[in-house]
Amino acid sequence: MKDCTIVIAGSAGEGVQTIGDVLADTLSAQGYAVFTWQEYESRVRGGQNSYTIRVREAPLNAPVIEADILLCLNPGAFAKYVPRLKPGGILVAEEPHLDGAIVVPFKDKAKKELGNLIYANTIAVGALTGVLGMDRRAMDGILERHFAGKGLEVVEHNRKAAALGYDAADEACRDACPWSFPKRDGSYYLVGGNEALPIGAAHGGCRFIAAYPMTPSTGIITYLARRAEELSIFCEQAEDEIAAINMALGASFAGARAMTSTSGGGFALMVEGISLSGMTEVPVVIVLAQRPGPATGLPTRTGQGDLLFAIHAGHGEFPKAVLAPSCAKDAFHKMVRAFNLADQFQIPVVVMSDQLLADARFSIYDFETEKAVPISYLADPGRFEVYRRYAVTEDGISPRLYPGQSSHLVTADSDEHNEWGHITEDLAETAPAMAAKRLRKMEQMRKVMGAPEAYRTEDAEDVFCAWGSSFGAVKEAVDLLREESIPVGMLHWTEIWPLPHFSFPEGVRLWTVENNRTAQLGTILRYGYGITFSAHILRNDGLPLTADFIRRSYHEST
Amino acid sequence: MRAPDRFQNDVEIQWCPECPNFGILTAMKGALVALNKNPQEICLVSGIGQAAKLPHYLRCNFFNGLHGRAIPVALGIHTVNPELTTIVTTGEGDCYGEGGNHLLHAFRRNPNITVVVHNNEIYALTKGQGSPTTPVGEFRSLQVRGVEMTPLNMLAVAVLHDCPFVARGFAGDPEQLKALLVEAIRFEGMALVEVIQPCITWVRHPVSWYRERLRPIDDTHNPEDKEAALRLLMGKEGRFIVGCIYKGPKRPMFGERFRQKVGLEPLALKGFPDASITLNLLAQFKNQ
Repeated sequence: MKDCTIVIAGSAGEGVQTIGDVLADTLSAQGYAVFTWQEYESRVRGGQNSYTIRVREAPLNAPVIEADILLCLNPGAFAKYVPRLKPGGILVAEEPHLDGAIVVPFKDKAKKELGNLIYANTIAVGALTGVLGMDRRAMDGILERHFAGKGLEVVEHNRKAAALGYDAADEACRDACPWSFPKRDGSYYLVGGNEALPIGAAHGGCRFIAAYPMTPSTGIITYLARRAEELSIFCEQAEDEIAAINMALGASFAGARAMTSTSGGGFALMVEGISLSGMTEVPVVIVLAQRPGPATGLPTRTGQGDLLFAIHAGHGEFPKAVLAPSCAKDAFHKMVRAFNLADQFQIPVVVMSDQLLADARFSIYDFETEKAVPISYLADPGRFEVYRRYAVTEDGISPRLYPGQSSHLVTADSDEHNEWGHITEDLAETAPAMAAKRLRKMEQMRKVMGAPEAYRTEDAEDVFCAWGSSFGAVKEAVDLLREESIPVGMLHWTEIWPLPHFSFPEGVRLWTVENNRTAQLGTILRYGYGITFSAHILRNDGLPLTADFIRRSYHEST
Repeated sequence: MRAPDRFQNDVEIQWCPECPNFGILTAMKGALVALNKNPQEICLVSGIGQAAKLPHYLRCNFFNGLHGRAIPVALGIHTVNPELTTIVTTGEGDCYGEGGNHLLHAFRRNPNITVVVHNNEIYALTKGQGSPTTPVGEFRSLQVRGVEMTPLNMLAVAVLHDCPFVARGFAGDPEQLKALLVEAIRFEGMALVEVIQPCITWVRHPVSWYRERLRPIDDTHNPEDKEAALRLLMGKEGRFIVGCIYKGPKRPMFGERFRQKVGLEPLALKGFPDASITLNLLAQFKNQ
């Protein structure tokens, strides 16, 4: 079965997200692999936004732009989004903007037949299920779940609304709509990045999160705050990002796994705290959900422009890890990994997300949670007659206790300090020994960092180097080009800093494919491995990389 | 066995000889002894500045962090382990200047911590610039034509926002300060203790100049009277008022609701969640 992509377009406040979520959930419940992604303006009402749903039998968690079906909730949405409709695609709208459009007056029907405009959106989703050739009752269960809190009557009215939309579209669709999505027995989790990240954090033993709201990171603390007591995770909205990271460091010092989450501007405010984590050797996990900068930039759009910033964040020289999950499943695993690395090496760990990963929903067959094992690296106080928090050790890792755990006293000092954690000005021995001790951890870390994932590189002549959330798009691009008998492959990094020990394939042309303008992964790989790149495929217009964009860019460059 | 010198360590003190900070250190040690505390029960938290060095000179757990950021660190520590006695030792530059925002929001949160602000009306460690409490007209190394900005009356701000315990002591009177600290640390909720700590190196006024001007609060003052507290602090001699100024109405403490649900034990003891919890969270994403 071929892909089908549905784009729902409308103004903020018109219910684009609700319609998208209900349809995606319905398709998922019918056993299909769904991928959704959103692009929206930085406003609460008005503008024009879109919610894209890609539906298939087997998962392909990668964004596409072109729509087979375009639902427009207002004429402005049609004007903006009609270029995304494929030739031969179907428009669903209240007015006949195009020949062959499926015209369903959602608002009129809601008012006239159900007496309330509020049901217009459900009529619209119902129409989409009709266009898609789904079962007429497919939405029933999903509507019940979405509206159960509002009472039986509301559920019943929504079912009626869905049926109205379905019938209207079904009639108009005869001979026009080629799609058919009968129930099948697939079963996938449909999970967003901003859900997988906090669930991964909880699984990894996070007990404390402090954050300041900032798109597109806010969903992470929101998810946890709703379940704070159930999960025994303390959640605090900080007065600013500086407070957020310092609260997390205090919590971590006191023995709890702690994190914060933010976007680029907030991360900038946290940078001194990252350096403090490096100096005090207090573990902390920071999710950096990227959006295009500089400054406020495009607050609701996506990009990968902060990689070098994350790697270099913090004054002074100290070890730090930077991870970049590829999808929702990897986001879950990388959070556990981040907490383990932070704890093992007593360092800050940055987990790079972005608006695409944050807001996209992925179909995952199996999360393999059993492979994500949180491991505590706290020391046993009984081991020590005398305890020195910053004991100089061969591998640079000083056994870590927490205050109140035992009679041993635990210290943290942002000044250069001696083994006891007291300020030192001893430049001859203590200060250089401490600096060297901290940096020795970096070498240990390199040994455990994961190598990039190789895809179809064995016989490849061109290899795309990519990182983070572009995984799905780059992998799909490789497949598209392979269909044209072009031997390309992919190397995809999710553990970026410190760079793992890795040997590049020889005799291939290396490309860097990134959602930024300056090829930041390329810079780091050139610096770390002494390689050179033949070409770049870069996009920094606030939209995600897609397979088709990469394929076209490849052809334009060769 | 709790020896009286259990808080003593052998770290060399970097303050100027005879700095009134020594009086604050003595008062703090005395208060902790009076409260029958052990070093492992205490966590001092500080930022940067002369006052922020105090944790190094008192044997206990401590976190000496960044300039201005002691309060958020203390909030994190206290939230995770409410069994620790968490005390912030800070200066007015650290706490009213660089980290002023955190103090304002601490008043709102009402954590069960004590914040001791050494107020020397100057940036001493950086050699004599004006601070948030330097009086108008006084000369400082950067304010060569005299300070123009109005000094912050942070204790009045604290009272205004119902910080539930507000007091001021004098570094030159460690006994009185000790008594205030005992009361502040024992107090359930946020306690702010500002300490007049004359700088003997950069400021022209000797310690005696301050001592002569002190206005100890007399028995007629009712610390539960918010308006009376504000009148004291906003009066002409407000900056010299010493004693227990304000005790606000009891209100929920930071983290209290969370702790009622999850218990009082340190979060470090919670360990890792059972795998079934994760599977239940994920199950909500399977559409049936």
